[in-house]
Amino acid sequence: MTYLQFLAILPFIILAAAAIVVILLIAFKQSHTVIQVTGFIMMCGVVFAMWYVRDTLPRQVPPLLVVDGLAALFTGLIIFSVLVVGLLSYIYFEEREENPKEYYILLFLATLGSAVLTISRHFISLFIGLELLSVSLYALIAYLRNRNNAVEAGVKYLVLAALSSAFLLFGMALIYMETGSMEFSAIARAIDASGMSILFVMGIGLILVAIGFKLALVPFHLWAADVYQGAPAPVTAFIATVSKIGVFAVLIRFADAIHLQQNVLAVTIITIMAIACMLVGNILALMQQNVKRLLAYSSIAHFGYLLVAFLSGNAGVGAAVFYLVAYSITLLSAFGIITLLSTARRDADDLSGYRGLFWRSPLMAAIFTVALLSLAGIPLTAGFPAKFFILTTGVQQHRWLLVMVLVLTSVIGLFYYLRVISTLFASPPLTPVKERTLHPFFYVATYASLVVLMCLLGWLGVYPGFVVENVRAFLSF
Amino acid sequence: MILVWMISILLIGGVACWLVAQRDPLACKWTALVAVVAAFLLPVVWYLRHTPVVDGNAWLIDYQVNWIPAFGIGFHLAMDGLSFVMILLTGLLGILAVLCSWREIREKTGFYFFNLLWTLAGIGGVFVAMDLFLFYFFWEVMLVPMYFLIAIWGDFNRRNAAYKFFIFTQTGGLLMLLSILALYFIHGQQNNGNYTFDYFALLNTTLGNNATARWIMLGFLIAFVIKLPMVPLHSWLPDAHSEAPTAGSLILAGLLLKTGAYGIIRFVLPLFPDASAGIAGWAMLLGVVGIIYGALLAYAQTDLKRLVAYTSVSHMGFVLLGVFSFNQMALQGVVMQLLTHGVSTGALFALAGMLKERLHTRDINQMGGLWTAMPHMGALAMVFVMASLGLPMLGNFIAEFLILLGAFEVNPVLSVIASLGLVLSALYSLRIMQKVFFGQIQTITDPPADVSAREWIIMASLTIAIVFLGLFPQPVFNLVSGVVEQVVRL
Repeated sequence: MTYLQFLAILPFIILAAAAIVVILLIAFKQSHTVIQVTGFIMMCGVVFAMWYVRDTLPRQVPPLLVVDGLAALFTGLIIFSVLVVGLLSYIYFEEREENPKEYYILLFLATLGSAVLTISRHFISLFIGLELLSVSLYALIAYLRNRNNAVEAGVKYLVLAALSSAFLLFGMALIYMETGSMEFSAIARAIDASGMSILFVMGIGLILVAIGFKLALVPFHLWAADVYQGAPAPVTAFIATVSKIGVFAVLIRFADAIHLQQNVLAVTIITIMAIACMLVGNILALMQQNVKRLLAYSSIAHFGYLLVAFLSGNAGVGAAVFYLVAYSITLLSAFGIITLLSTARRDADDLSGYRGLFWRSPLMAAIFTVALLSLAGIPLTAGFPAKFFILTTGVQQHRWLLVMVLVLTSVIGLFYYLRVISTLFASPPLTPVKERTLHPFFYVATYASLVVLMCLLGWLGVYPGFVVENVRAFLSF
Repeated sequence: MILVWMISILLIGGVACWLVAQRDPLACKWTALVAVVAAFLLPVVWYLRHTPVVDGNAWLIDYQVNWIPAFGIGFHLAMDGLSFVMILLTGLLGILAVLCSWREIREKTGFYFFNLLWTLAGIGGVFVAMDLFLFYFFWEVMLVPMYFLIAIWGDFNRRNAAYKFFIFTQTGGLLMLLSILALYFIHGQQNNGNYTFDYFALLNTTLGNNATARWIMLGFLIAFVIKLPMVPLHSWLPDAHSEAPTAGSLILAGLLLKTGAYGIIRFVLPLFPDASAGIAGWAMLLGVVGIIYGALLAYAQTDLKRLVAYTSVSHMGFVLLGVFSFNQMALQGVVMQLLTHGVSTGALFALAGMLKERLHTRDINQMGGLWTAMPHMGALAMVFVMASLGLPMLGNFIAEFLILLGAFEVNPVLSVIASLGLVLSALYSLRIMQKVFFGQIQTITDPPADVSAREWIIMASLTIAIVFLGLFPQPVFNLVSGVVEQVVRL
């Protein structure tokens, strides 16, 4: 490995080191605050390393890894999300009896897994990243083990994730058998030379099943609602953003390498999945009374929208990245509010608990409202340009069916977002105000960061040009 | 730059209202009033100082900067005669909307005026945006605050009404967005990859009357006729109008419906001349159906605001009929109808609001004989009821007369049926007067107070406006003649 190659993967090494540092810290000083602050500094270190090496990109690190603009974008987004999730976790766990120390080890390992996915160009690194992510998530989901829902959710995720890993491995094996390689580019060369055999197509299909499971695409979405509901709120935010971003990144890279979007069969299948996602996600969310489940179904729908951009191939990558940026910021602020409202006994996931929030706590309700409007894709919020860019790629590629379904299901989606919003603004019930015992600094910090997220949503909504230009610049690496 | 100021004053004023209201609700009301007056005095003062000659295709103000250059999106505002008269209407009704809410809104005042001002900003933006992306942007900006106005300060059934309003309009809006995108790509491909959302550039797209053009045109048209509303798509309107607070109804009827008509005149006809000529027959037919259907349903209502809402359906049918006549006279009438309907229906909603404030009901069966207690209000109501039924000397007469005259040249049968609408309008209008102000005096314990000074200001300005439009319509015709000629030439 040359020096430059080492430099290129430096951010990921720091990320791996973060987990080890936390382990060592626990041995010496068991303080939640210290771990939190150290974790924060390490994540800043990752960002800094990324910034430092940006000019040396893109760089291949054969055979497993490649660090290019796409990887940098997605890793940056992942680290950003983890920073917010970490901040939310502090408040969330400090209010509870449970010892949160190991939580951060798992959190950073899962992040590492997700980040490795973004830079993998080989089945081995893909599998390692995915397993690192999944195995950490099993524990994270069931972290508050004395809650019934948590254990149920953890086991559900464990069983289904293990199953999907099996699918993935089988698919990889089939492809290896047909092409004799596990490297994306080598696979691409092999099929260019000899065409796709039936076994190869089957392998792709099995891999798509596994990836569909991780992204909660219909029909592999059955775990989503239960896991979102059962997991602690910050972990749910993590699943909804970080884990999906990583998997989506590797999907883009793999599809790009083997030109998946030029295969008629694959396109048909993915089109059907996208339509199913949009329909099922939006329709199932309609009558939900549980905010976390509602967000679960809404994220299924949102990944349906993302698939529309994905199907456009290279033209859609920019739109997809922008969509993921907007989507992550939006979901993080929504889950931030859920975390802030959660009590020691249960998460604030019942819609009736949000009744009249605007009159009790205007700031929180404003943030939540902006997040929901952004999910609905209303102008002045980031969701609008995001949806607009996806529609643009869809129309450009003449995918009229997908685009029409997207528009019509967005209208269905409006209904349940508006339902939550009008609950926020309804006249409030008389409830005692929750008592606060924590150090106010962390509340101020959380509030401040949520306000920053809200402002980001507004800024992206009104002036998306800056991000669009930068995404383009990164992708042209 | 004037237009940018106009919109930003409203946006900033809205935020200021919200902040001020925490200290002092009264100051918040004054802030709102000052902001609205200032925002709309700007274009008026500008006009008086420059007194530009409006002829042909003259654009009075044109302001353009880049916004998202990567996608060819510009921040392009421009104003011609048509935009100017619509801005005038927005200003008048905006000021009155603030005055109407002065006493009606007692709680959450700050947030209320925030929403009111942002809606007005959106409407103002819609009338001057000359970039299709920007237009869509403003189109939605006026929607969300309006939703809140209905959903928070509305009447008993407000949540459903607000949903219905939002979902109907949003469906149309998204279809329009798709059409905008399709047009964007077609134009880009015709012009060697010069992708832009600019209205003036897109005007040069050659589309003809093939299936593609028709679909794209329909996307725009559906968005606009939902707002207008055209008959099968009107069902959001009675609910939204009757549940909204007074100022909300005023803005809905007076301005939001006009954005639909404006959109058809500004975008559908110039962008797709051939395709819209192709469906003109159907559109005129649906317009006539709307006239008759709205009038009949208005006659059957017992809820005063619902009644007025259905009269809007009927009057907007005239707009649809006139627009698709492609006839100079009819189009002049349409613009006139937009203004006069805004004023007269706005006044009727304001009256309904005043009655509700006093009697706490909208049911006309529980009213009656109110002239004895409130002679002034009765007289004012008489003026606007007469305007609504199309009495000469008042603006609506000129508008509807011109539309019928223009449409008669194109399609005599439909025009004859449409004129039946005038007869029906006399029926429902007189029924309002008869039920509310004449007839059996209801036993009310304390007689309601007559018109207050603030209400006098509101009603007087509307009365002056409607009489002026009825006697001197020529200035309006001069202002819009350029746009009208341009559309007719196509």
